[in-house]
Amino acid sequence: MLTYGEYGGRYVPETLIPALDELEAGWRAALADDAFRAELHHLLTTYAGRPTPLTLADRFAPGKRLYLKREDLLHTGAHKLNNALGQGVLARRLGKRRIVAETGAGQHGVATATVCARFGLDCVVYMGAEDMRRQRPNVERMHLLGAEVRPVDFGTKTLKEATSEAIRDWITNVQTTHYLIGSCVGPHPYPELVAELQSVIGREAREQVLAAEGRLPDAVVACVGGGSNAIGIFSGFVDDEVRLVGVEAAGAASLGTGRPAVLHGARSSVLADEDGQVLDTHSISAGLDYPGVGPEHAHLRDTGRAEYVGATDDEALGAAHRLARTEGILPALEPAHALAHSLELGEELVVVCLSGRGDKDLAHLA
Amino acid sequence: MKRLAIYLMCRRDTPELAEAAVEGGADLVELGFPFSDPLADGPVVRAAAERALAEGMRTRACLDCLARTRERVDVPLVPMTYASLLEAYGWDRFEADARSAGADSLIVADLPVDAHEELRRVQLVAPTSAGERIRLAAERTEGWLYLVTVTGTTGARDDLSPTLAGLVERVRALTDVPLHAGFGISTPAQARAAAELTDGVVVGSAALLAAEGGPDALRDYVASLRSALDATVAV
Repeated sequence: MLTYGEYGGRYVPETLIPALDELEAGWRAALADDAFRAELHHLLTTYAGRPTPLTLADRFAPGKRLYLKREDLLHTGAHKLNNALGQGVLARRLGKRRIVAETGAGQHGVATATVCARFGLDCVVYMGAEDMRRQRPNVERMHLLGAEVRPVDFGTKTLKEATSEAIRDWITNVQTTHYLIGSCVGPHPYPELVAELQSVIGREAREQVLAAEGRLPDAVVACVGGGSNAIGIFSGFVDDEVRLVGVEAAGAASLGTGRPAVLHGARSSVLADEDGQVLDTHSISAGLDYPGVGPEHAHLRDTGRAEYVGATDDEALGAAHRLARTEGILPALEPAHALAHSLELGEELVVVCLSGRGDKDLAHLA
Repeated sequence: MKRLAIYLMCRRDTPELAEAAVEGGADLVELGFPFSDPLADGPVVRAAAERALAEGMRTRACLDCLARTRERVDVPLVPMTYASLLEAYGWDRFEADARSAGADSLIVADLPVDAHEELRRVQLVAPTSAGERIRLAAERTEGWLYLVTVTGTTGARDDLSPTLAGLVERVRALTDVPLHAGFGISTPAQARAAAELTDGVVVGSAALLAAEGGPDALRDYVASLRSALDATVAV
């Protein structure tokens, strides 16, 4: 049973299947329940800070009408909170009092720790030891929020191993625990669930650009690691004649140079060798440093509806500095990849998803 | 007689270790084909997989290891691996090549019973499994059913999981296929307690640790499990 063309599915130990069935049933019931939608809307507007603005960046991109969808202004500093809040409300409905999550750059870990603090849930976040070193401020934020951060000290010591450990924890504690996955990856129904919770970015951006310009953009650009901010903003434009561009880190181009393989519960495009062994990735951006990608992106690539390109570490750093100096906005290294590519597009009216702010990256940027 | 399955990771010296395990009293040998991201495995199997991959134990080398093991032992041999290896090698081709190298069945740890139905394999059921899925697994399994004793990953536990008895009861109510209990069984006492409820046991992580001491150490360890199983009262 694959979910997105040739991709998706549930490649997990049998132990997890009842939990995935329960999650899917709970999710469908929640979606159909006005009370769930109302509670989430209330939290997104009164707690998270939605809607986020759309900002014209005319000094960053002279000669273009380039807009930034400002997810960096969301509470906790990135789009990750949209998903964490939605899954937090869902976990409570399912009666789960313990949350586990993985994190790479730490933004999803912080968002999850925030939601757990707000709802009074126990929170354990798995994070690669290498990522804990390079994203130290976010580790400290998670501690302040009352979460336990468990270092993962084997393999690449980054997001790939952190995700595996979070899933192993979930297998072990499945009766009491909700796995609050941070991107549109993992076994069905997670990719669909995360995409739905992030689709608020695309709905708002579409309305806002129509209000500002009286027309749809020529192109929408977003960075892609697992791909949740991209799938969220793309969803607002996927049925329109708008060019959709995902930008991967050149050293972690799961869609650009990957092959079909199974990682973390789903079949997708994965950086793997010819034997199906998953490869190490190398990116300055911890949030993009992941060899897999959401199965829906692999499907959008194959059908030609979206295109995926790469940006190097240096291009991303250059774009981050340029945005800081020209617009007074310090972006995270992840969306800096999207910013770098947006300047190369021929299109005039462009929306870029500025998925998070750069405070966590001062060690690299300063 | 209760059956004893021993799990070994495919490495250069595995055929010799498998022979020692059989001499110690193993009735079946599972051969791990290592995967870089083994979600169902705890630290011992994961670390063994990392070492095997670092030595170059990719799919073809593992099939060769299986064939060389087949030359040395007569007991059933069952490769245990993850879906990504089959995806890369080709599902049909993997099954055909494994069987022609001497495999009696396969175990794919991250393949639920309703995925890739055409692949004949040993199915797993877990403490979380309910009626319909247990029935499906029993119907589709090849030879025996693998009862996962714990909600968790592979690896030693202090005590035999208390959930095993209930799981056996639920499964027995639906099927007569032989039941082997695995995950978390490391000591002769645990093996005996699990075997009193089932038709046999699978021992993995503890066997890998014993195998680090070489064939003699593994043979002695397996023999200690064998004696414990032979002391069980027939059920």
